[in-house]
Amino acid sequence: MTERLFEGADWDFRTLQRITDACEEVALKDLGLDVYPNQIEVITAEQMLDAYSSVGMPLFYKHWSFGKHFAFHEASYRKGLMGLAYEIVINSSPCISYLMEENTATMQTLVIAHAAFGHNHFFKNNYLFKQWTDAEGILDYLDFAKNYVATCEERYGRIEVERTLDAAHALMSHGIDRYPGKKKLDLRAEEKRAGRRRQHEEEVFNDLWRTVPKGAAKSRSALSIERRRKLLGLPQENLLYFLEKSAPRLAPWQRELLRIVRHIAQYFYPQSQTKVMNEGTATYVHYRIMTKLHEQGRITDGNFLEFLGSHTNVVFQPEFDDPRFSGFNPYALGFAVMQDIERIVTRPEDEDREWFPDIAGKNDVMGVLRDVWANYRDESFIGQFLSPKLMRQFRMFHLHDDPEERAGIRVDAIHDERGFRRVRRELARQHDVGFIDANIEVVDVDLSGDRRLILHHHVIKGSQLNETDAKRVLQHLADLWTYDVSLIEVDANDKVLREYVVSPRPIPAAVA
Amino acid sequence: MHIIDRRLNPGGKSLENRQRFLRRAKSLVQGAVKKTSQERDIKDVLEGGEVTIPLDGMHEPRFRREGGTRDMVLPGNKKFIEGDYLQRSGQGSAKDSGPGEGDSEDAFRFVLSRDEFVDLFLDDLELPDLAKRKIAQTESEGIQRAGYTTSGSPANISVSRTVQLALARRIALRRPRKGELEELEAEIAACTDEDLRAELIEKLEKLKAKSKRIPFIDPLDIRYRRYEKVPRPVAQAVMFCLMDVSGSMSEHMKDLAKRFYMLLYVFLKRRYKHVEIVFIRHTDRAEEVDEQTFFYGPASGGTLVSSALQAMHEIVRERFNPADWNIYAAQASDGDNSYSDGELTGMLLTDKILPVCQFFAYLEVGESGGSAFDLSDSSLWTLYDRLRNSGAPLSMRKVSERSEIFPVFHDLFQRRDTAQEKAAP
Repeated sequence: MTERLFEGADWDFRTLQRITDACEEVALKDLGLDVYPNQIEVITAEQMLDAYSSVGMPLFYKHWSFGKHFAFHEASYRKGLMGLAYEIVINSSPCISYLMEENTATMQTLVIAHAAFGHNHFFKNNYLFKQWTDAEGILDYLDFAKNYVATCEERYGRIEVERTLDAAHALMSHGIDRYPGKKKLDLRAEEKRAGRRRQHEEEVFNDLWRTVPKGAAKSRSALSIERRRKLLGLPQENLLYFLEKSAPRLAPWQRELLRIVRHIAQYFYPQSQTKVMNEGTATYVHYRIMTKLHEQGRITDGNFLEFLGSHTNVVFQPEFDDPRFSGFNPYALGFAVMQDIERIVTRPEDEDREWFPDIAGKNDVMGVLRDVWANYRDESFIGQFLSPKLMRQFRMFHLHDDPEERAGIRVDAIHDERGFRRVRRELARQHDVGFIDANIEVVDVDLSGDRRLILHHHVIKGSQLNETDAKRVLQHLADLWTYDVSLIEVDANDKVLREYVVSPRPIPAAVA
Repeated sequence: MHIIDRRLNPGGKSLENRQRFLRRAKSLVQGAVKKTSQERDIKDVLEGGEVTIPLDGMHEPRFRREGGTRDMVLPGNKKFIEGDYLQRSGQGSAKDSGPGEGDSEDAFRFVLSRDEFVDLFLDDLELPDLAKRKIAQTESEGIQRAGYTTSGSPANISVSRTVQLALARRIALRRPRKGELEELEAEIAACTDEDLRAELIEKLEKLKAKSKRIPFIDPLDIRYRRYEKVPRPVAQAVMFCLMDVSGSMSEHMKDLAKRFYMLLYVFLKRRYKHVEIVFIRHTDRAEEVDEQTFFYGPASGGTLVSSALQAMHEIVRERFNPADWNIYAAQASDGDNSYSDGELTGMLLTDKILPVCQFFAYLEVGESGGSAFDLSDSSLWTLYDRLRNSGAPLSMRKVSERSEIFPVFHDLFQRRDTAQEKAAP
């Protein structure tokens, strides 16, 4: 019989090492996972709160909003409204997992299996992460960002920097390239380039140029609208990118700040598209590893029961009329679909053969799952693999709420033969970030005229922007652009629903 | 595979972010602090704790979509079939549960440490006329290090600096090192050649002579630590709490007074390292008492305000030299005084008390409901008003509700120009 990894709830660093080795053996040999090197760090609850408030990253530039989040989390933690996450894991190479010191030995095993192998494998192999993130470079880049922001604060003042960062944060969710085509982010090169840019600016700076008389303004042949838009790369949905490249009066350091915020937004973009899959993968992996360790006799029945308790809490899905309900639990949904795939691959029924001819009865569970983990995101994952059996099990139904409809909210489809495909399509759509986020793009700017920036919001299903927030964000946008900005909400037939016009606030001190 | 223990890393990484947030939210938090303090006992207030601040001012806007037709897939269908309609409000509670729509945090609770809380509460308060009087009378002398000097008392010799200079001098003048001499001696002892030996001995003698000429430590090298006297503000204050405890003072009035005194105490505690409190209660005669007796001890009798002032004056003379102490007094009373006592009170204040006080606060407390204040001013109020108008450092307010204490206190000690002080009612 194999030796136990630990007894009771206590652990020390030798135990952690044994646990990690045991998990690694199962992960690599039995599940065939492919992971970044692991780095496991033990931290305190307070440090966990710290990490929370800076979006889970170990180093981040200073900004008041992180302090706000810290205060918010701390207050709810103290009141017992919120438990702390058992772990935080960072998509970097080496892959860093934070473990809380309060966890019992069983919890540490669960967390290591979950984060250091589940998430880690997903980060390394999913196509979105491969496409958009740079695991080797991220920590260095964050370090650079932190120092850059600090330097800017020294040179240009905290208030100025804060103003720019506030504006950039407001636009962060619109600072993302949604479609590939651009080359993959290389954050190390990015950092070097920023340094060179700065150095170059310093070297070529010569105050005399300011005094050189300007020639008479060139007669501007009115650029054709088409040509102008093409030159500016319009339409452009990456608002931060557009501002960084085209805002006429930003100082170079402000452009660099926009760039930093944009890169970080882009780095997190895959995470928002793969929440269900990412958590599902990690949960599936920890479940397999823990079960295996139990089978091998490396953890006791008691430890395994403790694990099952935590596991069940994590994958609990309240029903819609339960007061605890707040949407689909990504852990529950992701884990359920992956277990279901395992079932379809090994013990398919007729229905499954009909719905999933490619994988039903294929018997290679891990092969299929690894392929799924590598090549799908939430939307396509649900759209492809949510089976009728699961829809019945969750008793899913689709509601359509049209404010014009007097009779109330219509039940459009339920978990029956007629409804399966519609329910699945609708649930997949709800996990499509491209669909959830407002579709806003810069459509035009009159550079030879009043330089007004014109944006369109393409309204889908009559859902317009929240007015208060929209005005505030536009104010930030106008402050960066330094001329008027107008946002027009148009429906699918190009009918104008509402128009916002915002003028920039006067800047107290000149920003050169 | 690395396993790292990060627990010993300094926590509080967020401290700076937290401070930034506080700085930014200052006015909001301050408002919240004041509001919270009105609702709580002073003791709790001083514990710091939780304040609720509206998130509105600290809101980070994003483009958010809302309204329109909504589609949602939910789990847990028990009885619906396709084509059913759910009431918008009522049994189908699905309405509010659309996933991912608008997260509304309208206010959030924020835990302030005791220091943060009191700081924010007292932030824009200042002791009136503090600066002016500080320069005039509240400075004493302290000493601090001020480099080195070539003369001084032996107790102040700086050994390290002296040796440092001696070493530099010895090296510069090429004083032979001990090792060098020993080496030479050993060489002589081992030497067999007579001529060479004589040469070596001569060399040794020369070096020895040189050693004698260049001493190990020369008086020239000696340095003394120098000290300089610097003026330092006196960091002590005394607060006199004067209270009328005659029969007309109700528990409610005492409670108001207590709150005021406690605030004053905290406020002074912030400014000074050392704060003393003297409790004096009076009826027609005054006595110094402890806090418990002051607030809760039964007493009754007539009212002679002058007795309390006289007692304070004597205590000041005995224990608190105005040259060393910042003296504050707060008097709480319902405003009644014997008719005959007015003149004496006025005289004591003008001649004895006010000249040594930094600030004298008079708080007239009334019954809850405050209707008494619609009547004409009390005799004390009239007297103090006259004194204030003649330029005495005296402030006066009327209070009848618990919730008024904080605003009144705030009002009394608000940072302001002297010009404004005079213009204020």
